[in-house]
Amino acid sequence: MKRDPSDAPAPSRREFVSCAAGAAAGFLLTACGPKRLVEMPKERLHAALRELERQYSETYGTAVTVAETPALPGVQFAYALDISRCIGCRRCVYACVEENNQSRDPQIHWIRVHAMEKERGVDFSHSDPYYDPKEVPEEGRFYVPVACQQCENPPCTKVCPVGATWKEKDGIVVIDYDWCIGCRYCMAACPYGARHFNWAEPSIPKAELNPNTHYLGNRPRPKGVVEKCTFCIHRARAGRYPACVEVCPVGARKFGNLLDPDSEVRYIIEHKRVLVLKEDLNTVPRFFYFYAT
Amino acid sequence: MRPALVPALLAVACATATYGGDERAEAPRTADERLEIPPPPFSEGIFPCSSCHAGMPVNRTRRALTEMHDDIQLRHDEQHRWCLDCHDATDRDWLHLASGERIPFEQSYLLCGQCHGEKLRDWRAGVHGRRTGNWNGQKRYLLCAHCHNPHQPRFRSLEPKPAPRRPERPKEETGGLP
Repeated sequence: MKRDPSDAPAPSRREFVSCAAGAAAGFLLTACGPKRLVEMPKERLHAALRELERQYSETYGTAVTVAETPALPGVQFAYALDISRCIGCRRCVYACVEENNQSRDPQIHWIRVHAMEKERGVDFSHSDPYYDPKEVPEEGRFYVPVACQQCENPPCTKVCPVGATWKEKDGIVVIDYDWCIGCRYCMAACPYGARHFNWAEPSIPKAELNPNTHYLGNRPRPKGVVEKCTFCIHRARAGRYPACVEVCPVGARKFGNLLDPDSEVRYIIEHKRVLVLKEDLNTVPRFFYFYAT
Repeated sequence: MRPALVPALLAVACATATYGGDERAEAPRTADERLEIPPPPFSEGIFPCSSCHAGMPVNRTRRALTEMHDDIQLRHDEQHRWCLDCHDATDRDWLHLASGERIPFEQSYLLCGQCHGEKLRDWRAGVHGRRTGNWNGQKRYLLCAHCHNPHQPRFRSLEPKPAPRRPERPKEETGGLP
């Protein structure tokens, strides 16, 4: 005789309770396990950051702060660089290294300055990042510094298998160094060569560490993670210009809020000849190159 | 450009004056708190010019200077211009525009802007020249003369910082070749 499904015996009390307990345990295990810092509840994030501060302060023998300043509302960051002014002096490269605690050995530079021939125009296949003359600018050359373009449509974040890199609300593409597994897919996906890998334990002289850090930016990184420019997230979100903007001796670097009609970047986009690198890839960079003259 | 920027620039420039001159002292102090300009980059001990020039007769003849200021080499449209085209002959502590209007050294950008109008426009918008400080708050400007020597305005060459190290490949991979 066929059984009516409605006659199926209801689960016993014992079965129901053990199932419910199992599900609750599973949920708790997932919820309490490691988390990306960005997903943590505020109290746990603060505790984690205080612990990081303690570790860094101990390692470097100075009081290190790790901020978690969130994106400012109504702010979309953008950057502009005047190719007609840049003289290729690399002051920005080294100001960035010091500000953002890049490894000195092995050497990591977030900014790479390409010397290009005026006859060829912007042509990366013939550019020379290793130029080393006595004085710059050199005859017949111009210079194109390249760092992270902070794409609106970033290819790097899409390929991350663990979600350790993402675009923040203010447009800055960031990395959680504690969540990065070092697979380097993002480096392969980035068309600008802007991401850099810590092949060895980074070394920063204790006296040169910048103790003013942000957990998504310039805090000291471990070996085996990827890092890149964050528009100096610890400065930008405090309202300051990035370090490269302030150090540039020719004033070629400009930074500001795209949503502010009085900002320098808006003036540039509205009044100057502007280009972005590899526009055809539809990455929609937030980094604009322009010719002021 | 903010319409309030121009009067603000003037006000700040006047407010930062650190020396005499009654007109300057009385300039209205409606300084925009968001803007800051450091004082003009005088050579040490050169200002005020009137400390030497006050009692001297004015010689308007164009000539090579031999007794004083012979270190100044004019490389700035020197075929057409000479000291007194920018410096005021009657009161050396001032500059003057082509119109004859006197301006203090703190406002030398007005003088530069007579020929380099598009640069002045960009500078006011914050696009020409270096700005430091806050992108959404107090900003620090420089005067034209902080970066460009007015007598030889071409930007000087700089020694570049070291080139990045080339990536090294392990020996066994290259077979001992560099």
